[in-house]
Amino acid sequence: MEYHLKTPLSAEDVKKLKLGDIVYLSGKIYTARDEAHMHILHEIKEGKKIPIELKGMAVYHCGPIVKKIKEGVWELVAAGPTTSSRMNSLEPEFIEKTGVRAIIGKGGMNKGVSDAMAKHGCVYLAFTGGAAILAAKGLNKVEGVYLEELGMPEAVWIMNAENFGPLVVGITAHGENMFVNLAEEIKKNEVEARKKLGI
Amino acid sequence: MITEEKIKEATVGLLQRASTTLPSDILAALKEAYEKEDSPPAKMQLKAILDNVDIAGKNTKPICQDTGVPLFYVKIGKVYYGDIGKAINEGVMEATKKVPLRPNAVHPLSRKNPGNNVGRNMPYINYKVTGEPWLEIIAFPKGAGSENMSALAMLVPSQGVKGVKEFVLNTVVKAGSNPCPPTVIGVGVGGSADIAMKLAKEALLRPITQRHEEPEIAKLETELKDALNMLGIGPMGLGGRATVLGVNVEYAYCHTASLPVAVNVQCWAARKSSCRIHPDGKIEYL
Repeated sequence: MEYHLKTPLSAEDVKKLKLGDIVYLSGKIYTARDEAHMHILHEIKEGKKIPIELKGMAVYHCGPIVKKIKEGVWELVAAGPTTSSRMNSLEPEFIEKTGVRAIIGKGGMNKGVSDAMAKHGCVYLAFTGGAAILAAKGLNKVEGVYLEELGMPEAVWIMNAENFGPLVVGITAHGENMFVNLAEEIKKNEVEARKKLGI
Repeated sequence: MITEEKIKEATVGLLQRASTTLPSDILAALKEAYEKEDSPPAKMQLKAILDNVDIAGKNTKPICQDTGVPLFYVKIGKVYYGDIGKAINEGVMEATKKVPLRPNAVHPLSRKNPGNNVGRNMPYINYKVTGEPWLEIIAFPKGAGSENMSALAMLVPSQGVKGVKEFVLNTVVKAGSNPCPPTVIGVGVGGSADIAMKLAKEALLRPITQRHEEPEIAKLETELKDALNMLGIGPMGLGGRATVLGVNVEYAYCHTASLPVAVNVQCWAARKSSCRIHPDGKIEYL
């Protein structure tokens, strides 16, 4: 199935998505990588209020190339996804504390994350790694930036997306995980590959 | 004359070319992978990759937002040259603004980002001395998604070629979907710990269509490629035929008591660009 969705996402929006479904996303999307995850979780732990509302939103594992035109105006040059597995240890708590409904990235995430997604109603959407110019087209526009002091890749860039995709549903809001399933198949294939190599 | 100004100009030109276009062997292999792939999700990933490369090339924009850390190989021939390191540093700073490249280089512990891709020991330049009548520079910007999956093993000699195959297979399985497959696998065998790692990366400088000059090593490359493509990791790790585009192996003689083996993983966006600067100052992009 193919879906065109808009942020903020409701529980119903994400619960209907099945593994392998294609999604095009519009509305606000926030980039966040290692440093932003750590910083936001720290602020929440300290009881501070963060200046962005992540409830129902989509977080994108991405460190874009952004060109500053003038104060408050940026040109989005390239914005493909980064490796999501780096955020495996941070994401369950991040999903729980912020209430995000979609994580976008590449390469998938582990069982700890899919369990958290099932518990809190969140999905994982995969975009083609390295396809940075296609991504920038769909993300359309930079609306603002938070934590700019972390440097261009690690800052939280606020994008106004218009049909960003195709995104492939890799983990459902019921905890089904395409990457964990595929790992089982790869294990079987590995036996044959070993035979071929004579090891 | 080969001036620092010329080296700087070449550095900017190389980084622009490397980050916005793909080498022809890689592009041909991606197109072939697209033709051969029969699972729809895998085909969709390869289509996105090919479309992206096409648009990036036409608009001179970076293929991937991870424009890597600036690594260089410099071959110094029988020519006059100035302070190559200083000239390349300046070229990297200018290219970061001009292309633009993402400022990726940070202090490893404080994680502070100077914003220009230049810091202690970065750009990193590998020097070689040759007898050629020119200066050759290869820009090899390396992304982190693939580099993070690279690995070294200090095997014992009794593990032999089987041990080498085993380590390469395990490293690719462990890397899974993370390094943006279909990848190119560089393998370095022998030398010492650091030499094996260096050779693994240098192996990636050779076109994937060109087999090692020694038949035994060439056979190992083909055998590894075929076996790795049986794994079914597929484009972006969503399953499919194309897990690797190529496997290149380099080796060095090593101590009789050791067998180092290193794997350097390169993403599908296997970017590199090279040029020669001639004594008259002419820059010839290769």
